[in-house]
Amino acid sequence: MSVMNIKKFSFTYPSAEEPSLKNITLPIEKNMITALIGPSGCGKSTLLRAMNRIHDLYPGNKYDGKIELLNTNTGKFENILEIKKENEFIKLRQKVGMIFQKPTPFPMSIFDNIAYGLKIAGIKNKNELADRVEAALKGSALWKEVSDRLNKSAMGLSGGQQQRLCIARAVAVKPEVLLFDEPTSALDPISTGAIEELIVELKKDVSIAIVTHNMQQASRISDYTAFMYLGDLIEYDKTENIFLNPREKKTEDYITGRFG
Amino acid sequence: MRLLLNKVFLMLSMFAALLGLGFLGWILATLFLEGVSSLHFSLFVKDLVDGGLRNLIVGQLILALCAGALGIPLGMLAGIYIREYDSGKYAELIRDLSDIMMSAPSIVIGAFVYAIAVAPFGGANGFAGIIALSIMMIPIIINTTDSMLSLVPKELREAGIALGASKYRVILDIVIKAAKVGIMTGILLAFARIAGETAPLLFTSETSNYFSLDLRESFPSLTVSIYNLANEPEKSSRDLAWAASFILTIMVLVINLVGRYITRNKHK
Amino acid sequence: MEKIFQRLSFSSASLVLLLLIGIFTTLFIAAKPAINEFGIHFLVDPTWNKEVAVEASDTTTSKSVKNNTIMDENDIMLDEDDEDSLNTITIYGGLVPIVGTILSTLIALAFALPIAMGIAVFLAEMASETISKFVGMAIELLAAIPSIIFGMWGLYYFAPIIADTFGGYQVSLLTAGLVLGVMILPFMAAITRDSMNTTPDVLKESAYALGATKFEVVKDVIFPYSKVGIIGSIILALGRALGETMAVAFLIGAVYSLPEKITDPTISIPVAMAVNFGEASGLGESALFYLGLILFVMSFIIISFAKFYFLKKVKL
Repeated sequence: MSVMNIKKFSFTYPSAEEPSLKNITLPIEKNMITALIGPSGCGKSTLLRAMNRIHDLYPGNKYDGKIELLNTNTGKFENILEIKKENEFIKLRQKVGMIFQKPTPFPMSIFDNIAYGLKIAGIKNKNELADRVEAALKGSALWKEVSDRLNKSAMGLSGGQQQRLCIARAVAVKPEVLLFDEPTSALDPISTGAIEELIVELKKDVSIAIVTHNMQQASRISDYTAFMYLGDLIEYDKTENIFLNPREKKTEDYITGRFG
Repeated sequence: MRLLLNKVFLMLSMFAALLGLGFLGWILATLFLEGVSSLHFSLFVKDLVDGGLRNLIVGQLILALCAGALGIPLGMLAGIYIREYDSGKYAELIRDLSDIMMSAPSIVIGAFVYAIAVAPFGGANGFAGIIALSIMMIPIIINTTDSMLSLVPKELREAGIALGASKYRVILDIVIKAAKVGIMTGILLAFARIAGETAPLLFTSETSNYFSLDLRESFPSLTVSIYNLANEPEKSSRDLAWAASFILTIMVLVINLVGRYITRNKHK
Repeated sequence: MEKIFQRLSFSSASLVLLLLIGIFTTLFIAAKPAINEFGIHFLVDPTWNKEVAVEASDTTTSKSVKNNTIMDENDIMLDEDDEDSLNTITIYGGLVPIVGTILSTLIALAFALPIAMGIAVFLAEMASETISKFVGMAIELLAAIPSIIFGMWGLYYFAPIIADTFGGYQVSLLTAGLVLGVMILPFMAAITRDSMNTTPDVLKESAYALGATKFEVVKDVIFPYSKVGIIGSIILALGRALGETMAVAFLIGAVYSLPEKITDPTISIPVAMAVNFGEASGLGESALFYLGLILFVMSFIIISFAKFYFLKKVKL
């Protein structure tokens, strides 16, 4: 059962002549990890960033098709491409969170970082904030390391810790979907391993889409994989099928390293 | 032969640097020698009418601070607009115009403010001086804010938006905070610059011999009074002008150095 | 709230445009009486504040003032002694301040250019890290000194030396120009250095690798590459120097006559405004605004020129 349905979705960047995404149809399954893989420039990040409409920070994009997000209250799917109002964007992003390739701690204390999304959501009660922050940090395996310095600046954390902070921050607002845009490519192997473990842990509470240029990572942690090439979705299937038994030649070529 | 040319060239450029340093040293030494000898505790407790500088120092600071209170928020908001809200032609235009205004003749700004804030209101007043100084300050603040904001990586903004924050919240809570140190330095440097200005005040707020906090009248200014004192024939006026110059320079250089010191220390 | 903030910041940004338009308009309106009275002739007329008799009965000025004598509409010279029907107007011509502004700026440039270039080369290529930082800071301190201080120092310390060396008056075009040069020195050095620093390291390294000396690398690689930015810095410094008041006010002499020698006193536009504005009224005040308008337009054009043609790569 899916939480998000991408239907015949095409996307063109402002002042671009050709669309960067062509007719993509793809589900994001509930409580599963869906990996988007493909060579540089295939559009995987572009697709991910459409799922929380972050492209709209930069005006002039052209959309075609639908991206439907399940409304948990009504049980109906709603096309997020139709969102125009400020407060609807805010609601969307509270449901669909994002973690970026470069860790992005805000220039404030660790506590304030985690609490930021909560305060936007209207939570003002100090006790409730403290509880949720603690829960989020525990859920990101950071609590033990930072519980004694919650008021210190987040900028003092290591790269891996910063990324876990960003994950905790996104998780704190209890989103339904989490989008990861190459979350470990800027990290060392040990931190990478920790983050991968964390992502797998998280899927029991959220549905996850992850863009990665690291095939091994995709095969390690994802349940479903979508292979993209030059803006097209070439193949989508359960991860083990993609890697052990791909249907398309292009997929096979990519998996076996004939092109990267 | 080539090596000789090179040596000569090196010597020349070093000479130029020494000349530059030389001028700086000469001016500072002059200020120090002339100023310190005329310095006296009474200068800080008496007003110009009694031969002291108190009203002028206080007046200059008030003018500069009020100009800052007006110019800093306006400049920052404008800088935020051209960097965060608009990336099109209008923002480009404002950015370019602001750069040009930064080098505009200060006396012309003074004439302009005279025409709009002095002539119609019957005479020199402190408000006009403040307006003139803030007009000079705004382009500098815009330039600084714009530059510092441009250094903040775009991922930080995206991360804020991705959490559901509205744009102005992201700007205020995250982006400005991230650029905080650079912006502060820019503000301090701009402040130091206008605190030392004379021409914009010459016919707007002029100066006064008396201690005054009344902005509706001509308002005491250290810089304008230095100009007047230097034009007077008496030696006592000259000495006072030097003492005032010394104090003015110390004030301006201290603010300047504080501004630079802040950036030095924040290496995050 | 978001909308309010957007509108506020938009308004603040638009303030810049409004100010510029406002300044130009205000200057123009205030200068209009003088513009109407003197026209373009103002730019080449060296007469300042000279009272000239004019026949009273004619309110529409069909009189002309040629060579400082009054003619009536038939170009017959009128008798100046016939006081009963005579009124006076005061003539203002801007030639002297305009020339003074341009000449003092050129002197400043000629003086500052080689020194600023030398400093820039020193900072960009010659000096070690620590020395470069120290000298760089010193130059920035020089830039931070209020201009009136330059006036004071120039008047009591620099001027006598110049007069002793070159003869002539202490307050003169030359002294003013030189002190102005010292003032624009740090600015020019900074922008030149920044321009030079835009030269890619690989370019420099290739030249060094071929065995070039520092001098040759500067001459053949850095200067050609940053030529555009350097020219821009010169023009920009020119634009700034044009509008400088306080350093020049003490030193140029404030005399409305064209200098015969470089060591003669004269006047510049900012000084004319600074010195005369206080007591000026009516046509005289309008003439000062006319001068201000000319200065503003001149600076605007020169600075824009520098910015758009030359300084695209370098942040101001």
